[in-house]
Amino acid sequence: MKTEELIINPQGKTEEYFINMGPQHPATHGVLRLLLTLDGEIVRKVDADLGYIHRSIEKMTEFDTYRQIVHLTDRMDYLSAHMNNEAVCLAVEKGLQIEVSDRVKVIRTIMTELTRLSSHQLWWGVIGMDTGALTTFMYAFRDREMINDIFEETCGARLTMNYFVPGGLMWDIHPNFQKRVKDFIKHFKTKLPEYDTLLSDNVIFRKRTEGIGILSKEDAISFGVTGPGARASGVRCDLRKKHPYSAYDRVEFKEILGTKGDTFERYRVRILEMWESMHIIEQLIDNIPEGEILEKTKAVIKLPKGEFYQRVETARGEFGANIISDGKKSPYRMKFRSPGFSNLSVIDHLAKGWKVADLVAIMATFDFVIPDIDR
Amino acid sequence: MYDFTGLIQGINKWLHSILPAVAADVVGWILIAAAFLGLFAILGLVLVLAERKIAAFFQLRLGPNRIGPWGIFQTVADAIKLLLKEPVGTNRADSFLYNLAPYFVIIAALMSMSVLPFAKGLHAYDIDIGVFFVIAMSSLGVMGILLGGWASNNKYALLGAMRSGAQMISYELSVGLSILTIVLLSGSLRMSDIVASQSDYWFIFKGHIPAWIAFMIFIIAGTAETNRTPFDLTEAESELGAGFHTEYSGLKFAFFFLSEFVNMFIIAAMGAILFFGGWMPLHIGGWDGFNHVMDFIPPIFWFFGKVSFLIFLIMWFRWTFPRLRIDQLLTLEWKYLLPMNLANILLMAFIVLMGWHL
Repeated sequence: MKTEELIINPQGKTEEYFINMGPQHPATHGVLRLLLTLDGEIVRKVDADLGYIHRSIEKMTEFDTYRQIVHLTDRMDYLSAHMNNEAVCLAVEKGLQIEVSDRVKVIRTIMTELTRLSSHQLWWGVIGMDTGALTTFMYAFRDREMINDIFEETCGARLTMNYFVPGGLMWDIHPNFQKRVKDFIKHFKTKLPEYDTLLSDNVIFRKRTEGIGILSKEDAISFGVTGPGARASGVRCDLRKKHPYSAYDRVEFKEILGTKGDTFERYRVRILEMWESMHIIEQLIDNIPEGEILEKTKAVIKLPKGEFYQRVETARGEFGANIISDGKKSPYRMKFRSPGFSNLSVIDHLAKGWKVADLVAIMATFDFVIPDIDR
Repeated sequence: MYDFTGLIQGINKWLHSILPAVAADVVGWILIAAAFLGLFAILGLVLVLAERKIAAFFQLRLGPNRIGPWGIFQTVADAIKLLLKEPVGTNRADSFLYNLAPYFVIIAALMSMSVLPFAKGLHAYDIDIGVFFVIAMSSLGVMGILLGGWASNNKYALLGAMRSGAQMISYELSVGLSILTIVLLSGSLRMSDIVASQSDYWFIFKGHIPAWIAFMIFIIAGTAETNRTPFDLTEAESELGAGFHTEYSGLKFAFFFLSEFVNMFIIAAMGAILFFGGWMPLHIGGWDGFNHVMDFIPPIFWFFGKVSFLIFLIMWFRWTFPRLRIDQLLTLEWKYLLPMNLANILLMAFIVLMGWHL
């Protein structure tokens, strides 16, 4: 090609080029590789290349006992560790046909809502960073630290808790648990409005998010988007409402629904979900019933032949655990339905035609955790 | 009071008395250059530390606190680390331009510093087009960024450099026009004249509302000129990794890094000189006693005090605001700041014409 042809395209078209976003890139929040086709700053195509942190957890389950499998799941979506554990526990309990006590149900619900709060806090810090406001991260971590301390006290770990076991809980809650949770709720109720003043009401942030990356209700359903991302488009997909598990049927809370489906709506839904999570915890924290914390199960759990499926609502969407058992101590096959994987598929559809900076903001509102996508 | 003219002339005379005329001039130049390089290095070290401490203050952290009391030697340690670091470059980069780029940026920053009046008589080069010189030099710095991004053979760096090109060319206009608004008041481009004409009131008070508008536009455009948040699109670490200096390491990276901070100092110094009277103490016409008390504070403290305040303001922006998108950035400039600026100049010209500024 002649030099003139390279510089001036006769059709007046600019040349598209390709750029690797990742596997090491700040905006992908992990080892995700996005192959971007760009026209100047405008995104033409997004191809996601997965598998950089694939650890074949699904295959590993075929060699582990059911108790051990629970421990693998909080390495998947590490910010929703309790929810992932809960899905497996509930599926195994379904297979064993045991009903856990009310105490276990209530504690599980409080724990999962605390997890949701901590996950959304981290997400809020990170969306600020992705749009360029670095201070949000520190504010979020100040509040998240309190939840981590609560987890540490009761579960013994701050990130990969492994507190839920098939049949109940690992051990009882710490005597300080209720007081500390109440302290946290009191503290966070004063701090959550601060999140709005710092970021939500900032004119630059509004300009960066409003009307960007609009996901219609039909697209959200057809791409299999779940969680706050879908609820912002008006899809009623909150499993806590639709198919209540644990103690969600005995608490009062709203399913936050958006209408516009743009980046800011997804942001707003998550902020409002934090209020709802606090509301749920407030209803339960003083009413933890007495009861067994662990049902009697055999030392080695063997599920009867058949298929057992349980889905839960994690901070990112619908998480499902499907066990196919052939009656042995390990499952014949186990499949996890992770919310991040389906949510990632919509990125190409949403980011097309927007700028690179918008792609980063759109990615941030789906709150991807890469090990959750790759498993 | 506190006039440096005598001291500087004394040194000059003493040099001439012990050396032949040419040698004395050369030694004088070398002394000035050494003083500026020293100031440059100290500014870099102090401003980086200040940035980190202020960031920590905004972000509920402690900031550097291990090396020396209050962490004051942290940046010295960082500088030594950067000096000793292996320079890593890219394959197939245009090595000549790649190596040249940091010098463009740093030399442009140094040159603009040379015309700033730090105190009465403490002035390296009182050129009669001083303000214009600073604008010209800051445009030269863009070339370094563009070259660095272009020559790195990296698409992220190229994207950052192209953004920088668009951004700098646009915001240069706003900086220039807001400076012009003030030049209307002083009637001179010479820095010392601008400072001298603010001896009774600073221009921000003299120029009424147009001066305030000009100051706001100046500080917005100045933040954009120095590539700092909310206008740090050239670096945009969440989008482009590190933007135009992705492929630079060690000392060359340090040059880019330092010049960013020194540019911030220059913008703050220009703001102080143009709007807050430079080294001129706070004087209120008619209040002789008050003015006399204010005169006791040395002008160098006035100058650096005002500059520190403006630098704090710019850092405050950085740790509060999210980043704009490139099209929003250009919209802000071309659709809002520029027309406002033009109208503002007319308003100021009207005020000057009516003689209301005296």
